[in-house]
Amino acid sequence: MTKNHYRYVLRLGDNALILGQRMTEWCGHSPLLEEDIAMANCALDHVGRARLLLSYAAELEGEGRSEDDLAFVRSDREFENFLLCELPIGDYAFTMARQYLLDTYHYHLFTELVSSSDETLSAIAKKAIKETTYHMDRSRDWVLRLGDGTEESHERMQVALEGMWNYTEELFERDPVDVQMIAEAVGPDPEWLHSKWQADINATIKEATLSVPEKKWSLSGGRNGIHTEAMGHLLSEMQYLQRTYPGLNW
Amino acid sequence: MVDVMSFTDEQCQFDAIIEAEEKIEPRDWMPEKYRLNLVRQMSQHAHSEVVGQLPEGNWIGRAPTLRRKAILLAKVQDEAGHGLYLYSAAETLGVSREEMMNDLLIGKAKYASIFNYPTLTWADVGAIGWLVDGAAIVNQISLCRTSYGPYARAMVKICKEESFHMRQGYEIMQVLAEGAAAQKAMAQDALNRWWWPTLMMFGPHDSESANSQQSMKWKIKRQSNDELRQKFVDQTVKQADHLGLAIPDQDLKWNEERGHYDFGPIDWEEFARVVKGGGLCNDARLEARRKANNEGQWVKDALMAYAEKHSRSDVDQVA
Ligand SMILES: [Fe+2]
Ligand SMILES: [Fe+2]
Repeated sequence: MTKNHYRYVLRLGDNALILGQRMTEWCGHSPLLEEDIAMANCALDHVGRARLLLSYAAELEGEGRSEDDLAFVRSDREFENFLLCELPIGDYAFTMARQYLLDTYHYHLFTELVSSSDETLSAIAKKAIKETTYHMDRSRDWVLRLGDGTEESHERMQVALEGMWNYTEELFERDPVDVQMIAEAVGPDPEWLHSKWQADINATIKEATLSVPEKKWSLSGGRNGIHTEAMGHLLSEMQYLQRTYPGLNW
Repeated sequence: MVDVMSFTDEQCQFDAIIEAEEKIEPRDWMPEKYRLNLVRQMSQHAHSEVVGQLPEGNWIGRAPTLRRKAILLAKVQDEAGHGLYLYSAAETLGVSREEMMNDLLIGKAKYASIFNYPTLTWADVGAIGWLVDGAAIVNQISLCRTSYGPYARAMVKICKEESFHMRQGYEIMQVLAEGAAAQKAMAQDALNRWWWPTLMMFGPHDSESANSQQSMKWKIKRQSNDELRQKFVDQTVKQADHLGLAIPDQDLKWNEERGHYDFGPIDWEEFARVVKGGGLCNDARLEARRKANNEGQWVKDALMAYAEKHSRSDVDQVA
C-alpha cells in the first residue's frame, strides 16, 4: 500500500463525512416533516459510508488510528474533502442543488468503483451505489420541482446553482494521487467522470427550465487541506467532545 | 322524534363497542366530545414527536463518535416518523395536518412539556433516551389498548421502535457511568436534571385531573396518571442502581406493604410554569417550528405549482 492509496480512500471518506455532517443540520428544521425523515435517512447513509471509508483508510495507513481518530482529531488542514461539501447549507434550494451535483458525481464514481482492483473499495461501492441511486433520483426531483415551480423557487434554484458553480471543477481535478490510482485500476479517470456528470447535469438543468451557470473561476484547495472559513466552524462543532475530553470512550 | 331515536341507537352501539373492548373505527358514529378529546390527545402526541426532534437534534452535530452520530440520527428520524403516523391517524378524525400544525404554531395546542428543558451535555442525550423514552414507552404500551382503532394501531407500530430508543440512551449512560470521573459526573448531573421533569410527564395526580377521568370512561386512556408514574418509578430505580447513579430524591424508598417505591412530592408549580411557557426552551422550540414552517412556505408553494403545471401538461398531451 502507498500513501497515495490511503489519501484516495481518505478523500472519499472525508467527502461523505463532511457532506453528511452538513445534511444533519436539517434535522427537525426541514420545510416539510417528510423532508425531516428523508434528509435524515440520506444523512445516515453518508455517515455510514464515511465510517466504512475512514475505517478502511485508517487500515491502509497502518498507524493504529480508528475511524473516530480520523474524524475527530484531525485539524482542518488535514481534511481532504471537496470544498463543495463543506459550504453552509443555505436555503433548501442550495441544499438540494448541492445534493444533486454531488449525488450525480457519486453515482458515476461508485458505478466505476464497483469494478475497482481494490476489493474492499469495490465492496463499499456496491453498497453505496444502491443508496446513491435513490439519493440522486430524489435530489434530481427536487431540482426539477423547485426549478420549474414558482417564480420564487426558480430564482432561488438559479441563484443556488450560480453560487456553487465555481466549486464544481474541483470534483474533476487530477493530481498525482489520481494518476497513480488510475494506473493501478483502483479508480476511474476524473476526466471521464466529468463528461458523464456534465451530460446529466445539463439535461436536468434544462428540464428544470434553468440555465447552466457560466463558470468564472475554479475554486479549489480542499483536496490539499486548503479550505473555506466555514470548515473550521464545522469541525469545532463536530469535534467538540473529543477535543474537550481527549482519549475517552463514548 | 326519529332523530332522537337514531341518536340513541348510535349512542348505544358506541357504548357497546367500548364495553366489549372492541375498537371504534373512523366510519363509526362517535360522540362529538369523544372525537374532540381524541383530536386533542393525538395531535398533542404528534406535536411532541415533532418538537421532540429538537433537544436531541441539538447534539447530532456534536455526537462524540461516528457510531453515536449514526444511532442518534436514526433515533431522531424515528421520532419524525412517529409524528407522521400520528398526524395521519388523527386525520381520520376529520382534521388536517395543516390545521393541527397551525394550532401548535399559534400556541393553542400543547406538546410534551419535557422538551422545554435544555440539553446541556452529551449525557442529556443518554438521559432522554433512558428516562424520557422510557416514560413514553410505559405510556404508549398502555395506549396500545386505547379504544380508537387508528390510534391503537399507531401505538403498536411506534412501541416497536421505542425500545431501541431507550436502549441507546441507557447504553450512553452506562458508558459514561463506567467512564472517567468527568463522564460519571456528567451522567449524574443529567439524571439530576431530568428525573423530576420525567415524572411530570405522566401529568397531574389522578385527583387533580378531570380530563383524564372522562378519557378513562371512554377507554381512550387505560391506566391513570399515577398508576403509570408508579410503574415507571418502579422499573427505573433498579436501572439507576445498576448504573451506580443516584436518583435525586431523598424520600425514595421501597414500600413493602404497597409493593412499590414511595417517592417524594413533585413540584407542580414548576410543571405549571413550564407548560404555560416559562421553561428555558419554550420560546426556542416554538420559534424553530415557526421558522421551519415559514421558510418552508415557498417550498410548498413550488411543489403545488409544479404539480399543477405538470398535471395540466399531461392533459394537454392527451388532448
Ligand atoms: Fe417517539
Ligand atoms: Fe422515542
